Amino acid sequence: MEFALASAIGVLVAAGVYLLLRARSFDVILGLTLLSYATNLLIFSAGRLVPGKPPVLRPGVEPTLANYVDPLPQALVLTAIVIAFAMTAVVVVLAMRGRADNRVDHVDGSESKERDR
Amino acid sequence: MLFLLLATPFIAALIVALAHRAPRRLIGWLAALAPLVGLALLLPFTGAVLDGEVPRAQLPWAEQVGLVLDVRLDGLAWLFALMVLTIGVLVVMYARYYLSSKDSAPRFFAYLLLFMGAMLGMVLAGNLLMLVVFWELTSISSFLLIGFWSYREDAREGARMALAITGGGGLALLAGVLMIGRVVGSYDLDVVLASGDLIRNSELYPYILTLVLLGIFTKSAQFPFHFWLPHAMAAPTPVSAYLHSATMVKAGVFLLARLYPILAGTDLFFYVVSSVGAITLLVGAWLAIFQHDLKGLLAYSTISHLGLITLLFGLSTPLAVVAGLFHIVNHATFKASLFMAAGIIDHETGTRDMRRLGNLRRYMPFTSALAIIAALAMAGVPLLNGFLSKEMFFAQALEIEGHATMRMVMTIAAVLASVFAVAYSLRFVHDTFFGKGPRALEDDPHEPPRWMKIPVEVLVVACLAVGIAPGLTIAPGLTAAASGVLGDALPEFSISLWHGFNLPLLMSFIGLAGGIALYFVLRRLFNIHAIVRESLGRRIFFFNVERLYVLANRFTRAIANGSVQRSLMLLVVVAIVLAAAPYVGNFALPPMPELTTLPLLGWIGWFVMVVGTIATLALYRQRLRAVIVIGAVGLMVSLTFVYLSAPDLALTQLLVEIVTVCLLLLALNYLPKESIPERSLLRRWRDIAIAVAAGAGVAGLAYAVMTRPSQTIAWELLQRSLPEAYGSNVVNVILVDFRGFDTWGEIVVFGIAGLIVHALLKRSRMAPEEKVEGPPVLLPMAADLSQVLFPLALTVSIYLFLRGHNAPGGGFIAGLVLVVPLLLQYIIQGMKSVERCLGFDYVRCIGLGWLIAALTGLIPILLGFPFLTSGHIEPHLPLLGEIPLSSAIGFDIGVYLAVFGGAMLILSTMGGIRPSLTRQTYRATITRPDPALFRGVRR
Repeated sequence: MEFALASAIGVLVAAGVYLLLRARSFDVILGLTLLSYATNLLIFSAGRLVPGKPPVLRPGVEPTLANYVDPLPQALVLTAIVIAFAMTAVVVVLAMRGRADNRVDHVDGSESKERDR
Repeated sequence: MLFLLLATPFIAALIVALAHRAPRRLIGWLAALAPLVGLALLLPFTGAVLDGEVPRAQLPWAEQVGLVLDVRLDGLAWLFALMVLTIGVLVVMYARYYLSSKDSAPRFFAYLLLFMGAMLGMVLAGNLLMLVVFWELTSISSFLLIGFWSYREDAREGARMALAITGGGGLALLAGVLMIGRVVGSYDLDVVLASGDLIRNSELYPYILTLVLLGIFTKSAQFPFHFWLPHAMAAPTPVSAYLHSATMVKAGVFLLARLYPILAGTDLFFYVVSSVGAITLLVGAWLAIFQHDLKGLLAYSTISHLGLITLLFGLSTPLAVVAGLFHIVNHATFKASLFMAAGIIDHETGTRDMRRLGNLRRYMPFTSALAIIAALAMAGVPLLNGFLSKEMFFAQALEIEGHATMRMVMTIAAVLASVFAVAYSLRFVHDTFFGKGPRALEDDPHEPPRWMKIPVEVLVVACLAVGIAPGLTIAPGLTAAASGVLGDALPEFSISLWHGFNLPLLMSFIGLAGGIALYFVLRRLFNIHAIVRESLGRRIFFFNVERLYVLANRFTRAIANGSVQRSLMLLVVVAIVLAAAPYVGNFALPPMPELTTLPLLGWIGWFVMVVGTIATLALYRQRLRAVIVIGAVGLMVSLTFVYLSAPDLALTQLLVEIVTVCLLLLALNYLPKESIPERSLLRRWRDIAIAVAAGAGVAGLAYAVMTRPSQTIAWELLQRSLPEAYGSNVVNVILVDFRGFDTWGEIVVFGIAGLIVHALLKRSRMAPEEKVEGPPVLLPMAADLSQVLFPLALTVSIYLFLRGHNAPGGGFIAGLVLVVPLLLQYIIQGMKSVERCLGFDYVRCIGLGWLIAALTGLIPILLGFPFLTSGHIEPHLPLLGEIPLSSAIGFDIGVYLAVFGGAMLILSTMGGIRPSLTRQTYRATITRPDPALFRGVRR
């Protein structure tokens, strides 16, 4: 299971970074989305992988790590997911304004700066 | 009481700044009230301070770093506070008439009071760090005051220069103070002052001394940092009268006096401080002779007098210290009055250029008399206060022990400086009030308004009173101040006018005669009016500033040439290199850990996720498809959370996935549908290499983390969740209670992101990529259905919200749950109709959310608990039974509203962009799809 999650995270990062390095704004946004999946999973994995023990206390079950998974990374990731959405929105709008104002959707704001094209 | 004394100017500054609509007269009175109240608060302490007591008040500020708000009123602080407040009253009174109707009086007085408060805080500080804080505050507020006439180039330049020099010195001082703290182990002034030997014997002493002296010399305009002061003369004259005679520039010498017990007593201190003081004394006085601007002359004279004070402290004898303190007070009185007189002349004649002035005693005899008396005090003529401290200086120069050469040099310097001082004072008097002129004035000058003269009168009377009867006026205060510096080592001293015929008196006469001779010789030999000097310091300063800019630009261009693509690449590469560096030559595979097995279903999920990711990569140029595929990846992430015991995360991820896809689709309306293929194969392979390295690295990192035994504080969170925060959903408890402050920050960020989107799109007009002709297409879905769906979703949302503290749910999730059906409404019914229906203002919704969250956090503070402490009640309601309610639910309501408002604001603004006025579309207009496709749909 650890191997599966680690490899999935790796694939997500690789794809995310590749798209992040593209020249077109929308591709970069896609890359950022993939990277945020990967990051959230990475932080989440710091709480270790425990199926079937959600951190919702049940009466009669002692509140220890033997019975529940670590809740802290979950709390961190929860806000991270929401914030990632907000940041994606900001980047998307920047891309839209960039396209409307510069007439190109190149991240550098113009085609000329892209040297090897 | 002491805190009130310190707070008064700040409170008054706030009131004055807010009362900008009030009439000018009222504002003047309000501003004058601050130093008057300050004096009323200070004077009751006089008796105690003169008896040698040290009233004190402390409040913790940032104790972790040793910063305490500590007001300590010893003799030295008392004398300076008295000076700051008294001259403050006079300057406010004067400024009230000086400012023209075009200047903003509230702004001016607010800055002035801010400065007054900063100065008070500095002199009253009983903690070195607090002293540094207020020291910096004086630099900043003086920047605002010097640049008050911000439309003037010279004012802006002078302000920047003063800030750069004094601010830079402030940084050096901070470093020095931190070192003192390191040596002594405390920033408490009492402790520090008692550890003089410890500091002088420490290895760090030379560094401490250098750094602290840098702070002092820059602030007090000592050579070679003196050049900022003449340029600061671009300030309005009341500012010069206050800052550049009595307060700001005295901050440096104040600190020299304050730290005298721990810094002085070494040869290093003696040589450095006294020689810098002597050079400044001579350079300032010499250059003052050749100024044509009244204020310029006064500025250089100030530099020279500050040099004298520094020199006196450098001599390191108790009597020299007394003389230094005495001269601080004397200089403040005569120089403030001279600046005010210069301001009056400027005000009445329209010029400060001595080449155009002259013979003013005919036009304004009373002002002339006052200015002449003050100028004579500056020259050190008997019966005036300047004479007394100068005599003390001569006596001290003659009594330097153990350094025969220094005694010679200092004595000659003293006489020379005295000659120069008489010469420039004479020039000030002669060129302005006597001789021929004035030339080329617009109208006849006359006496200023009565209230503008009163401050000058008060100060000149003080000069005379101290000069004639020092024992009755200044002696007790001076004794108290000197004992604040010297402690028990205070010598017996008597200040009196007549010490008999002795060497200092002879030197005074040489100075007087030599000065008069020098002035008239210079006048006869050269045309003094024709000499125009440019400040060398200014040239060097700007040369260096320019070089710094060039360097900074070159550096910026080297690391960021404006290409985002390149910067991102560098960012990723640097991250990879930094993360990999610790492993180089140090890499060992850990023993194979025991892995948990993944069931088949899990591997299917893994397969979908990996294939989805690769498909995104493969399809990224066909954007619509990529968005759909990326949605599938997000879904798999959500399922991962489901499987790995994270129900809250799964719900959040699912909902965010929905809104993100909507967002991306909306964006695609305004972005090209496809990416242009890239031609450079090399670049693609390079990026592939970087991406693979990054992916492998992060995968390895994740694997390493997961296979190590976990060390976590989770057990504590789990155990304290129910008894202390009254919730069984520990994730939600962490969010709204244990780490509520973080969450508060996060909803603020979320809301700000919404506002940014709103701000960027609200007024913009954009042409879509493609446009469908004709009226909007009807969707194959009944509008009524969405009407039914909405209340249902609202119920679900509230249900999820209410149970959030004890079961998966909560503010974040509930807020997003509400977004989704509303989005559907927008799509089916159209934006206008939904917003008409709901009448909802999302911006207000965000604000309300923030407010509620902050208030629920603040209420515990009012009850004496820390920020965001949870309370708990279990009301028994009819029908529903016992309902456990935690006060954290209030905070969660804030989260709910902020998340809902933010998300809706983002999506609705993106959906409601107005069409461009100049062009219809970017690509093409597509013909309307065949209506037959949607047959059977009714509206």
